[in-house]
Amino acid sequence: MTQLPIAFLDGVSACLRSAGTSMSGFHVYLMIFAIALPLIMALALAVSGKLPERMVKACAAIGFLVPGLSSLWLGAVYLASATDGGYMFTVLADLGLSSRFGIYLHLGLNGIALPFYMLAGLVGMAAGFYAIQSGVERLRLFLILLLVMQGGLMGVFSSVDVLFFYFFHEFALIPTFVMIAIWGRTGRKAVALEVTIYLTLGAMITLAGLIALYVFTGATEFSMTGMRAALWGSGFPHQGTLFGLLLIGFGILVSLFPFHTWAPRAYATAPAPVAMLHAGVLKKFGLYGLIQIAYPLLPQGAMEWGPLLLWLALGNLLVIGFVTMAQRDLKLMLGSASVMHMGYAFLGLYAYSTVGIGAAIMMLVAHGLSVALLFLLADVVEKRGGTADMSELGGMGTRTPVLMGLFPAAMMASVGLPGFANFWGELGIFVSLYASPTPWVLYLALLGIIISAVYGLRAVAKVFFGEAKGEIPDGDIKASEKWPALLLLAALFLIGLWPRLISDPVNEGVLQTFPDRAPVITAPAGEISLTE
Amino acid sequence: METQSLQIITASNQWGALLPEIILGCFAVLILFVDLLMPNLRRQIPRLSILAQLLAAAVLYTGICANCERTGSEVLFGGLLAQNNASDWMRLFFLLGSICVTHIGSVFLSRQSLARVEFHHLVLVVTGAFMILVQSQHFILLFVSLETVTIGFYILVAYRRDSRASLEAGLKYLIMGAFSSGMLLFGVALLYGAASNPELPMAARHPLNFEDLGVFIAASNELFNNSTNLMVLFGAVLVLTGICFKIGVVPFQIWIPDVYQGAPTPVTSFLAVSSKAAGFFLLYLLLDGPFAALGYMTTPLLTVVAIATLLFGNIAALGQRNVKRIMGMSGVAHAGILLMGLLASLKVDWALLAVFFYLVTYALASFGVFEVMAHVADVDDSDQDMDRYNDLLKREPYLGGVLLVSLGSLAGIPPLAGFMAKLLIFIAAFQAGLYWILGVALAGVVISIYYYFGWMRSAVMDNPFLADQAPASIASPRFGARLLMGILAGLTIILGFYQGFFPF
Repeated sequence: MTQLPIAFLDGVSACLRSAGTSMSGFHVYLMIFAIALPLIMALALAVSGKLPERMVKACAAIGFLVPGLSSLWLGAVYLASATDGGYMFTVLADLGLSSRFGIYLHLGLNGIALPFYMLAGLVGMAAGFYAIQSGVERLRLFLILLLVMQGGLMGVFSSVDVLFFYFFHEFALIPTFVMIAIWGRTGRKAVALEVTIYLTLGAMITLAGLIALYVFTGATEFSMTGMRAALWGSGFPHQGTLFGLLLIGFGILVSLFPFHTWAPRAYATAPAPVAMLHAGVLKKFGLYGLIQIAYPLLPQGAMEWGPLLLWLALGNLLVIGFVTMAQRDLKLMLGSASVMHMGYAFLGLYAYSTVGIGAAIMMLVAHGLSVALLFLLADVVEKRGGTADMSELGGMGTRTPVLMGLFPAAMMASVGLPGFANFWGELGIFVSLYASPTPWVLYLALLGIIISAVYGLRAVAKVFFGEAKGEIPDGDIKASEKWPALLLLAALFLIGLWPRLISDPVNEGVLQTFPDRAPVITAPAGEISLTE
Repeated sequence: METQSLQIITASNQWGALLPEIILGCFAVLILFVDLLMPNLRRQIPRLSILAQLLAAAVLYTGICANCERTGSEVLFGGLLAQNNASDWMRLFFLLGSICVTHIGSVFLSRQSLARVEFHHLVLVVTGAFMILVQSQHFILLFVSLETVTIGFYILVAYRRDSRASLEAGLKYLIMGAFSSGMLLFGVALLYGAASNPELPMAARHPLNFEDLGVFIAASNELFNNSTNLMVLFGAVLVLTGICFKIGVVPFQIWIPDVYQGAPTPVTSFLAVSSKAAGFFLLYLLLDGPFAALGYMTTPLLTVVAIATLLFGNIAALGQRNVKRIMGMSGVAHAGILLMGLLASLKVDWALLAVFFYLVTYALASFGVFEVMAHVADVDDSDQDMDRYNDLLKREPYLGGVLLVSLGSLAGIPPLAGFMAKLLIFIAAFQAGLYWILGVALAGVVISIYYYFGWMRSAVMDNPFLADQAPASIASPRFGARLLMGILAGLTIILGFYQGFFPF
């Protein structure tokens, strides 16, 4: 009996492997189309004039479906092929800056990029379908901007070239500002302006850091692999300054502790699909950049900034944790919680071991899925209850039983209940902290779990239990809202049960990217397979 | 001896090399006659003018293609002119720019009861002068062509004689322009005096020729060092001051907001793009040519100027509500970035190309904005509050779209060309080690987001407080305008993705 599924899986994996070798041309097109198709659809919608609403929705659906499905397909092929975490599906196109600057449109996926890429595809599908059904005003413009954002997101995590990595990030970031300004909740104009200026500042500091890195490494190619190759086995000066620039620049974008003030209000104000895509995927740009670029290239700088980073990460975890506990608005609470969870990922980076960095990636992917799910469900709660103020909500559980099933599950996933993906990420980070030179950090980090359990459970209790308040005219969650949520929940659950889906490529990718600079730490015996 | 040198000079008078300028000049005279003799052809004059410029551009482009093998400069007219690849591309830049100006002018004039032919005549003459200016190799030619440009602008800025704002702008520009020309001339005179002093080493035979002057300034012997000669230094600073007035960098930017606001929109665009580009090329010509040996003095001076310009331009633009003043102050900020690129180009060889790329993207975006402005403006086009653009995207989607693309490019938002241009200048500045200016420039970009986004926001969103006011009358663009704006915005997007047109 047990032979059968394994044989079946072997067969599937053999098929995928042969697909990986024989269909490489097709995969190249898939990589390009995953980025280009949302943009093409956005352009088509922008220039088409008046279209019937069904056509608009169908175009947008194609624009979200194709990247999502191709990311899953490419992920499956990648997992089935033995790549040792190296790059696959490479696309190289010369856009006119190659001879002087070594800038190409260089796409590809390695073990670190792959999970983020799949995350972008999945959350994009969920957010896209939720947006199509959400019935906002000026739906066409909304979908155009969301499609542009999706195209940018697919580009960010498949770029090997550092310039395009940045370029696609901005691509995805700009629509966020516009969408907050037009479709946000109260106070949207001020929030949009604040977010725009704050994040542009972060992006500019990042850009300065990246240019500095490029000039100082003396690389002939402005790509992650090119700069790594230029530095192979040799350090270079100014590492501390460069790392500081990148840490602050990326840190602003990822809401590192003292630079986080833009995040909670922005997420609370943004329309739900934007919050899903930004908090779930786009924000990961910062940590992804640190993992792919800053840490492997600047180990000396990382060591110098380590102690400060520790305190900042603890600030994220504990200070923002307590702030989160005090929130009354459900969406504001989720926004703060997503800032708080970034603290775990930074702690994983602080530990600076294969386990720590691998677990941080696991954590980020899981957090992306769970926070997108939570923002979606919180939006449903707000639509049903008419407000997101938790003191005015209550007793929804009996009236919306399906929502009542989904929301606590999502909350538990975000807290880190075993069985969901977040658990593996947090566990790995704790293991790496224990093995780090400062094991006492572990106990402070464990406090975070208690904090998130407190606010998570309290939110569930206030919204779904207790005395019934207000009318719920629309009834339970609709099918069009349920399917995106189930998609995300299924992904969380699948990774939770079978973490090797993510941990295997991440493990190989981390070992490839950090060649014997990062001290490899053997994990205690257990199920987590982050080290060889 | 005399006849021999005259023969050499005559042999170098290759009028064919100036054919594009000659075409412009002839057409400029021709359209005056058309107006006199064939009044029923008057409506065709903008088209005629654009045709002439296209013809000149075609001739010029043929010349560029024929000369693509050329390295170094070709000195013509007995040392007055020098043609090289950079100056040829700048000439093409001015021609294409003046086509945009002509078109914006025809849109603008169709709403005014003003003389039309003279406007097009002046644009052609000034463009020809710009094209000669960038080839000048001699201070006499430089001054004559610069004065042709400036006097043309005196008239153009005050073109709306019935408007107080335009007249005020004209007066301000006249005073400031005359002042800066005076400074320049004084500087030239000082340099002439120093360079023809036979006591000093390598006293020049033609002291106003750039090449001879450069040799003189670089020379020294055991008694004298020309590059530290006070008269030379003072002269050089005065010449640079005169040019800095034209490009409007701090502290010579005071005329900008009022003149930009008061001048008719096409003239503002002409000032913002062509005049600025000419000034920068001239600055490069001097810093890289005769003043190369003065780098120890000019580089720190211009570094301070660039930092002040970047800070002032961006901060002063923050409080503006009139869009023409915003374009003026943000133009000051762009001048700061260009100045940074220019300083980098003295150390990094490819940086001049980056500056040229920046100029092209800046021109594309600025002409896009001004073309939209010409359509949105009322009869009194100096009074353009940001609120006039309220909800433009919905009322006139084409104008709104072009405005958003152009402003986005000016703000440096990927994937538009302005981002790539800024990026290349930043890389050049990094390689040249200009860290301080770079830091200020990055801060400036962040500040600039505020005012560009304010404008973009009012174009995208409906302001409920303005709902009770009568909607402003906005001209719907005609086919020609749509074509031009489509080309401008399309190139802005394409250059953001593909930069292979430029030989980086």
